[in-house]
Formats: sequence, C-alpha cells, structure tokens
Amino acid sequence: MTWETVIGLEIHTQLATRSKIFSGSATTYGAAPNTQASLIDLGYPGVLPVLNAEVVRMAIRFGLATGCTIAPRSIFARKNYFYPDLPKGYQISQYELPIVHGGHLDIELADGARKRIGITRAHLEEDAGKSLHEDYHGMTGVDLNRAGTPLIEIVSEPDMRSAEEAVAYMRRIHQLVRWLGISDGNMQEGSFRCDANVSIRRQGEPKLGTRTEIKNLNSFRFVDRAIRFEVERQIEVLEDGGRVVQETRLYDPDADATRPMRSKEEANDYRYFPDPDLLPVVIEDALIEQLRSTLPELPEARRARLGTQFGLSDYDAGVLTASREVADYFEAVVASVPSAPKLAANWVMGELGGALNRDGLEIGASRIDAAALGGLVARIEDETISGKIAKEVFEAMWAGEGSADAIIEAKGLRQITDTGALEAIVDEVIAANPSQADELRAGKDKLLGFFVGQVMKRTQGKANPGQVNALIRARLK
Amino acid sequence: MSLSHDDVRKIARLARLNVSDAEVAEVADKLSSILGMVGQLQATNTAGVAPMAHPLDAAQRLRPDEVTESDARDAYQANAPQVENGLYLVPRVIE
Repeated sequence: MTWETVIGLEIHTQLATRSKIFSGSATTYGAAPNTQASLIDLGYPGVLPVLNAEVVRMAIRFGLATGCTIAPRSIFARKNYFYPDLPKGYQISQYELPIVHGGHLDIELADGARKRIGITRAHLEEDAGKSLHEDYHGMTGVDLNRAGTPLIEIVSEPDMRSAEEAVAYMRRIHQLVRWLGISDGNMQEGSFRCDANVSIRRQGEPKLGTRTEIKNLNSFRFVDRAIRFEVERQIEVLEDGGRVVQETRLYDPDADATRPMRSKEEANDYRYFPDPDLLPVVIEDALIEQLRSTLPELPEARRARLGTQFGLSDYDAGVLTASREVADYFEAVVASVPSAPKLAANWVMGELGGALNRDGLEIGASRIDAAALGGLVARIEDETISGKIAKEVFEAMWAGEGSADAIIEAKGLRQITDTGALEAIVDEVIAANPSQADELRAGKDKLLGFFVGQVMKRTQGKANPGQVNALIRARLK
Repeated sequence: MSLSHDDVRKIARLARLNVSDAEVAEVADKLSSILGMVGQLQATNTAGVAPMAHPLDAAQRLRPDEVTESDARDAYQANAPQVENGLYLVPRVIE
C-alpha cells in the first residue's frame, strides 16, 4: 500500500516591533518577569487595545513579498479559551477577514526542482504569556511579559508532500521574514515556531485524510522529526484497520514521538466573534504602494541577479543569498575588488563562513569587514600572495592584526616574483636531489610535484606554484 | 431552535460557568428563546448587504510603535492573591 503525506503549516512569527501589538509595553526579550506587562496586557477591566501601526506595515510587507492580496478592510476577532497565561480569557486574533491572503512562495527540492507552496492567509494576533511549570509549591508561575507581543500567523495550503518539503518551506519563510526585517526569527527565543497539520491518504485518493495538528515546533529538526513520526504512526493506525482521530498532539524530542495533548480536547471550540474593542483596519492603496516601492530586492530575484551579474553558479548564488546580510557583505567585497567576483564568493563562503561558524558569529559580527576582505582578495587577484599564503593572512586579520597589506608587509609574505631568485632556488633543489632529477628527466612526471613542493618549502610558500612549475620543466626537460 | 441540556452543559463548561443540574432546564429555555429571536433576524433577506463587523462606521486608529509604558509590576501585583519572584502563582496547570 502506498500512502501520500499531506502537510500544511501554520507558522507563528514574532514581529520585530519595539512595543506590543495593542499596548505601549516593551517587547524586549529576557526582561524580569512581568515588568513588561501593562494594564492592557494584563486584561484589566476598562482598558482598550490600540493597534500598533508598525505591525500593520510589517504584515503588508510580508503580503507584498509573497504575492498576497492585501485586504482593504480587515477585522480583529476574539478567540476564546481559558488558560492562566491568557489573562483576558480570549486572544485577539483575526478570523474572517485576515490582513493578507492568497499568496505563495516557491521552495527548492533536493533534486533542484522548484515547487510552489500556496499561502492561504496571514493574520495578526497577540501572543499569550508564559507558564512555568517548575515547582512553585505545587503551583504554576505565570510571566505575562510575552502577552500582547505581535505575531503574524502564516497559514499555508496543504501543499507539502513530505517532511523535507515542509522543512524547505519553513526555511524559506524564515529567510524571508528576516530578509524583510519584520522578525528576528530567533527560534530559541520562540520568535519563530510552527504547528504542522499532517494527514495521509492512499496514493491517488482525491479526498484528504483526517489530520492531526502537532503544536509548537520550534526548530527545523523537530518539524522534520515530528512529521516523520506522525506519518509512520498514522500509517500504522490505518493499516491496522483503525482510524486517525482528529486531535492536537505535542512532539516530545526526548522520546522522538508525538502524543495527544490532554487539555486541548474541547478547547478547539473557540467561539470566535468580532472584537467590539477594535474597529475594522482600513488600508489605503497609497500605503500599499509606498511600502511596495520600499521593498528590498527579494531573495529569489537577488539570487538570480548575483548568478548572472557575477557569473556564479546557482548553488553559490543560493548560499550567498541565505540572508540579506550575507548578500550585502558579498556585494560589498565585490565592490572593493570588482575584477574578482568568483574569488570573492569563494572567500566569503569558504574561509569567512568557516571562521564565523567556528566562533559562532553572525556575519554582522564578523571580525573582518567586507572592505578588508576585499583588500585580501585583491592581493590574491594581483598575485602578490598565493591562495595558500592568503589563508595565513586571513587568520592574522581574523585575530585583529590589521589589514591584508599591513600583514603581508610585516610578515614578509609577498610572493617571490623575481625569476632570477626563483631560478637560483630551483637549481639548489635540483643539485640537492640529483637522482630524482635524473628520474624526472627520464620521464617520471610524478616527480614534478616533489620538486615544486621542495621549492615551496624553501620559499616558505611564497613562490608562485605555477611559475615554479614552469621553471622546473624548463630546467629538467 | 431549542438547545438540549447537553448543549447547555457544554456551553457552560466552555465559559467556565457553574450551572447546576437544577438550573439547566431553565437556562436551556432562556437561551432557546434568545435563539428564537435570532431566528427571526435570520429570516431577513440580507443578500447584497456587507456583513457589519462593528456598529461604528469608522476605521481603527493606529498608534506609533513607541514604548510608552514603564514597569509597574509591584502595583499590579498588589492585587494578585499569590506572587513569587515576580511571577503570578496560579493553581497548577499540567500539560
């Protein structure tokens, strides 16, 4: 029996505003408990929510970047449920008329093929607080700093057919919201998390199977693992003649399994109704056009441009547009050494990427700025130093020893280009290794590498290997 | 339309209202009569009328994204039955 997996994702993205969606409280992460919870966030009687203008602009930017329709009029609704970290007894969300709807985003599959994933809608809502279940004398502690933090919930069509596709889509959304600057996408801090709706059906069956919803997945790996487990579980249930129960489940990373969420059985009856505290949100065309005109070049377009403009492979262009910061950095390096874009790309992806990784740094915190790296690439390009010596220079730059030129001077790393000096060294090496020289003369070409190596050793890597090669050939052939 | 007693119990549970068994019948009657009135409204032909989300014919005012609140935790928590380390304490919730 062949089963087809059907997945839709609801991605909750925290918007990077200074203040909350309906109050003037700060949204800074990590503040002391309840010091960023105002009367509005606490749901005191008589207070009124007032919508944050930046939240609206961010949602429009997201909508524009994903080909969504921006609703000229959208409304807020109350989603009713009881939980201690939801002081009002309802979450302000959007239900019938979300702020944007009907868009799409293309993902890339492992074989390089593209697939379009539909975006049903994205709506604005407030986050709830945080419950701490550690032991407070058998009680639960509640921190409401997060209550009222602005979220945009991005709901996909059930267009994904595997865990890989779901992860690829989630990564693309993650890249996009950071690219647009509307979210920091920090998954450890809960700024980017998702619920996965998973069902299976027989291959060829047009009707969707009964789905389960796996809540609160906060890493790409957990999304992958949870979906894989859930698909296997559902197949087992159906093949044993059972039926899948529509329910909310949680993924437990320690057990690498999903299990039903006890409290949510009847909580799904949210009894939405329009929030009388908030008027309809009206968005004028002028605002949409203003935001459209200030949208940055989007990842896909930039990737294509970097490829054609600088002659990079699609793969390299993809790596260099992983984030806007990386793309900006790369283009700044190229700006300072315009004749060597491919070399610049290799250094950004290779040495720089490796060093950032090693030190756990984002590119914005790189110890070498783009112009400085450009200075190093320029010295490789004009053959002042070899690629091998350049790595030594790079490490010194990373350690804060100065510019490429300063380090090359101070350490005397300039490549030996004086043919006469090199010839003398070649002759010394030949004289020191007469039998190998004879063998090479006799046609044992393998030994060429040996002689080049010897010369490089005597010059401490400062000779140009190509030039050395030519000199040895001239002497021994 | 009339609500069953089970409907009433379910609605009460969702709203965290304590409706005793003795009260269920009366509440069912009252809620059903409200639904009767809604039924009359349903009979009205609303084709071509846009759904109204709010009785005021106005648009939501927006505020600039500025932090205007400062920490007043101590004042707010003076109302709470139990607090510790800045947290509100509530009966244990198990997930």
